Amino acid sequence: MLPLVLDDVSFSVNGRTIIDRVSAEIGAGPRTVILGPNGAGKSVLMRLCHGLLTPTSGNIVWRGTGNERRSQAMVFQRPVMLRRSAFANVVYGLRLAGISPRERELRAGDVLEAVGLASVAGRPARVLSGGEQQKLAMARAWALGPEVLFLDEPTANLDPGATREVETIIGQIRASGTKIVMTTHNLGQAKRLGDEILFLSGGRLVERTPVDQFFTKPASVEADTFIRGELPWN
Amino acid sequence: MELKKRSVFQVMLMMLALCTAPVSLAQTFITVASTTSTEQSGLFGHIRPIFEKKTGIQVRVVALGTGQALDMARRGDADVVFVHAKSAEVKFIAEGYGVKRLPVMYNDFVLIGPESDPAKIAGGRDILEALRKVKAASAPFVSRGDLSGTHMAELALWKQAGVDIAADKGPWYRDTGQGMGPALNTASSMNGYILADRGTWISFKNRGDFAILVEGDRRLFNQYGVILVNPEKHKHVKKEMGQAFIDWVVSPEGQKAIADYKIGGEQLFFPNAGQQGA
Amino acid sequence: MSEITQALGAAGAMIFGFDPKLIEIVLLSLRVSLTAVAIASVIGLPLGAAMAVNRFNGRRALIVVLNALMGLPPVVVGLVVYLLLSRAGPLGELGILFTPAAMVVAQTILILPIVAALSRQVIEDSWQEYQEQLRSLGAGPLTSAVTLLWDTRFSLVTIVLAGFGRAAAEVGAVIIVGGNIDGVTRVMTTAIALETSKGDLPLALGLGIILLSLVLALNAAAYWVKEAAQRRYG
Repeated sequence: MLPLVLDDVSFSVNGRTIIDRVSAEIGAGPRTVILGPNGAGKSVLMRLCHGLLTPTSGNIVWRGTGNERRSQAMVFQRPVMLRRSAFANVVYGLRLAGISPRERELRAGDVLEAVGLASVAGRPARVLSGGEQQKLAMARAWALGPEVLFLDEPTANLDPGATREVETIIGQIRASGTKIVMTTHNLGQAKRLGDEILFLSGGRLVERTPVDQFFTKPASVEADTFIRGELPWN
Repeated sequence: MELKKRSVFQVMLMMLALCTAPVSLAQTFITVASTTSTEQSGLFGHIRPIFEKKTGIQVRVVALGTGQALDMARRGDADVVFVHAKSAEVKFIAEGYGVKRLPVMYNDFVLIGPESDPAKIAGGRDILEALRKVKAASAPFVSRGDLSGTHMAELALWKQAGVDIAADKGPWYRDTGQGMGPALNTASSMNGYILADRGTWISFKNRGDFAILVEGDRRLFNQYGVILVNPEKHKHVKKEMGQAFIDWVVSPEGQKAIADYKIGGEQLFFPNAGQQGA
Repeated sequence: MSEITQALGAAGAMIFGFDPKLIEIVLLSLRVSLTAVAIASVIGLPLGAAMAVNRFNGRRALIVVLNALMGLPPVVVGLVVYLLLSRAGPLGELGILFTPAAMVVAQTILILPIVAALSRQVIEDSWQEYQEQLRSLGAGPLTSAVTLLWDTRFSLVTIVLAGFGRAAAEVGAVIIVGGNIDGVTRVMTTAIALETSKGDLPLALGLGIILLSLVLALNAAAYWVKEAAQRRYG
């Protein structure tokens, strides 16, 4: 499916412009991190890419081949679990993808094992802790074997321990061949997990820079201010 | 997980089937439109089983006010009509909705009132005189006001007593629009007078200190008639079974069954099928 | 106060004497109201779910109308159904007037708006929470509706119980379309109405106590089942 091409994409609601003429090509390979201050439009941009929102103007096109619907998955800031067991939640996504019953059970078992949730697989998903639920959400997405995984501030609500675990899983998923596109407002996380930074400010794509260069020598004034502002808390 | 869900559904389906299993509807039944006072007196509860045992025909009685019962028959929702309002019944037949009216039985009306008897009518045998006294004393009087046989009899009596009740009624006259039982309840609670059929009164359980104050006047006799709904107006009327019921109810056997019905040793209804002019 | 004591005595005598008339009346009441609530649920729950997840012209008007219909006066429903089922009416040929079938029809009409309107509200509230995740996983409106119906099942049980309560408690509709025929269409509420009008208040009150106990027992059983299930499934 990749590359994903955004062509002069804008998105407004009730006259307010949230995404302002963004153009970019997101290709396979580097881990893409969308960074920016609160209100910059990161979450909206992510939803536009994933297809949950439609641009008010401009185009978003998957230039590659393959099944658009099935080849992408998304993990949200707050995990949404169905009222059933952890195992059943993973199976649910697989059933929607048309995977055979036998295959579903196998994949679900494997992926829960891989993220360290095998021991709670039979428990109701909703009674799991916040960290466990987010790991479950990752497992559910991973089981689909997506070509692209979107993550919208996946660790914003988690404690440092759970954050570490989730970041490890992201690494595992990446290693299995999935393209990672992630938003965060945490500079440390961006440094750890990103290969390239797409910096958003006020709805505009202000710069696109490889990660190391971004933090040492950002190209834009906005990025510079942002990094400086955050530095003491890094 | 899958197994549990399936067994839950199975149990639910079973319960649904049990609930919707149709009651064994006897196809051999007739619908009789009658009045609340007749049903509540318990008469039908007594004579129905006798008829059903003899013929196998189930008698389903829908009890409404006389006006409503006749209206129901006009719509074709009943096979037989069994009410006590001769003039309305004659009109019903003249309109072509009924085949023929046969007198069946009569009971009588009684004037019920509180022990305190503000109009001083207790023990009287003249109903018209009693009504005039009630009006003169402006004592509370409860009317059914629902175009039932009882109501129409009450209105006829006021007229005979020379009282234009529609024009002369004051706050003492309460038009309740209720059936016999509820109206008796109302009278009991407001210490008022009320005209009731003896049958309902005898089986009425909420008497308080109320008693029969005036009875026995010929003008208080209440004649019942039975009519087959005209099958020419409504094709689906069960005319053979309906006729069988009518034939039985005026036969010596049916008439005896009616006479045999007693509450507390008292006979409620007096069979008079075949009586001229009834 | 003595009437209440008498009523309790009458109720006790009927129950422990296994009065056959009472049993007949109770069974008929349950059959009519349970059947009505079953049909109303089969139609109303999917209807509520469909309205919750879809957006269409006139949706808001339909919601308002459905909410308003929750307050349908039973006696009005009875009258309308009577006119429809009467021999002089359009559906007279069916010949179901003055039978339990007519009573079921009337009560179904009465409960359907309650089930549909309340389930719509409950499912729509859930839809707000689940929508993005379900769409991300590839669930269309139909799949989402089914998933939400299952996920909100505990709330839906309460709604169905409310519908049953309304049906079991009403007298206005069933007395008109059923005719309160002894042994055929006499249910608890119409029997109470009859005994009241006959002046047998203790008996009427006794029947009332039995009816209340029945509904109470049913609700207690449903609550217990719900609690057990909630512990298992979260």
